[in-house]
Amino acid sequence: MAELTYAMESAMSAVRRGLEPLIPALRRFARALARDAEAADDLVQDTLVRALRAEHLFHGGDLRTWLFTILLNLDRNRRRGLARRPLHAVIEESDPPGDPVSDGSSRDIARGLALLPAEQREVLLLVTLEGMSYREAAETQGVPIGTVMSRLSRARATLREHLEEGLPPLRRVQ
Amino acid sequence: MTHRHPITDEELHAYVDGQLPEDRVCEVEEYVAAHPEAASRVASWRAQAAMIREKWGKVVDEPLPERLRPGGIGRRPRELGRKLAVAAALAFAFGAAAGWFGRDFLLGGRDGEIARALADAAIEAHRIYVVEVRHPIEVRADEAHLVPWLSRRVGHLLKAPDLAPEGLKLLGGRLISGPHGIATAFFMYEGGTGERVTLTTARTMREGETAFQWRAAGDIGAVAWIEGGLAFVVAGPAERARLDRVARRVFDAYELASNQRE
Repeated sequence: MAELTYAMESAMSAVRRGLEPLIPALRRFARALARDAEAADDLVQDTLVRALRAEHLFHGGDLRTWLFTILLNLDRNRRRGLARRPLHAVIEESDPPGDPVSDGSSRDIARGLALLPAEQREVLLLVTLEGMSYREAAETQGVPIGTVMSRLSRARATLREHLEEGLPPLRRVQ
Repeated sequence: MTHRHPITDEELHAYVDGQLPEDRVCEVEEYVAAHPEAASRVASWRAQAAMIREKWGKVVDEPLPERLRPGGIGRRPRELGRKLAVAAALAFAFGAAAGWFGRDFLLGGRDGEIARALADAAIEAHRIYVVEVRHPIEVRADEAHLVPWLSRRVGHLLKAPDLAPEGLKLLGGRLISGPHGIATAFFMYEGGTGERVTLTTARTMREGETAFQWRAAGDIGAVAWIEGGLAFVVAGPAERARLDRVARRVFDAYELASNQRE
């Protein structure tokens, strides 16, 4: 009876140890994906719960891509749920008032990303924000590298149009 | 300008992302320098990446909320004594407790309201299911998937604490609809004389903690509290001292689990 604690508790430690240092990055990625901070943390929490429950399904390999894959799958489920709600509920949730970086450009990058098809947005964030290699991004999304490259290319082209149309000249980068 | 190989679009991306093989970097650099159109694309892509990192990069520096710490790292020891002392002060003011902590939760607003709403749902479920002789529960205690299943539905790791020291044996559990329809776990225990005690648990949106709060409805009593992202209610025959002891066991069991994970 006392053993009726989490079924997975004893077996969990290996994945849990590897998982903890990755939580801040998962959170960063989720925030950019979901935009709403609370929804993003829900996503991360669901990812962690899922990962710990499914620990026995993880047989070595790259823990990071495995976790990001779970997060992406959960995000797709989440968006399917959101799709049944009015669209403004999705778009207006970004940038709470007083957000210290809600200057024109960063707000606009969020808006530009929101315009992209989800799989393109995912790739761009995996590569630029998470610093994944194309191979890791492909593994995370479960697609060939060629698909990653074409998604990335389309994402950047669309975003460029969006940014250069709606904004003063590009900010100088170091 | 001619090159041994034409520079592909993919190589331009790889150049921007620092994923170009070293032996190609020079050639791509030359190419970009000589082609304004390529240079402007590269500049734009870099600017995009810089904006993305500027906007979200600092999220990693934010302190993790309790609910995102599976190991309960950095979790400070709870002061159960203080909790119980506050409980005494709060117990008679149960209804007025809302606003005490002032944080919003998934379960309908402030901590006190959440605890109260869940206590009401728990008492109701207790009333309905405890009298069931044939089907008091959905999944029996000896079925291994009981706790994982309820954990998954509630969205938080749960446990069915061992209450044998209180003379209670776990019968099993079921999923019930809590306040606002939130998925809520409901564990049922049975004592030596057939009396039944239930543990109701639902997830709350934010971390927070409350004292034990007492609520009674007729012959059924309930102790409710919030801790570590979960709201708990222990309900049973309105015998307060006993339910308090059970509540403390449940509290300790969760506390122990979170300490062990550190």
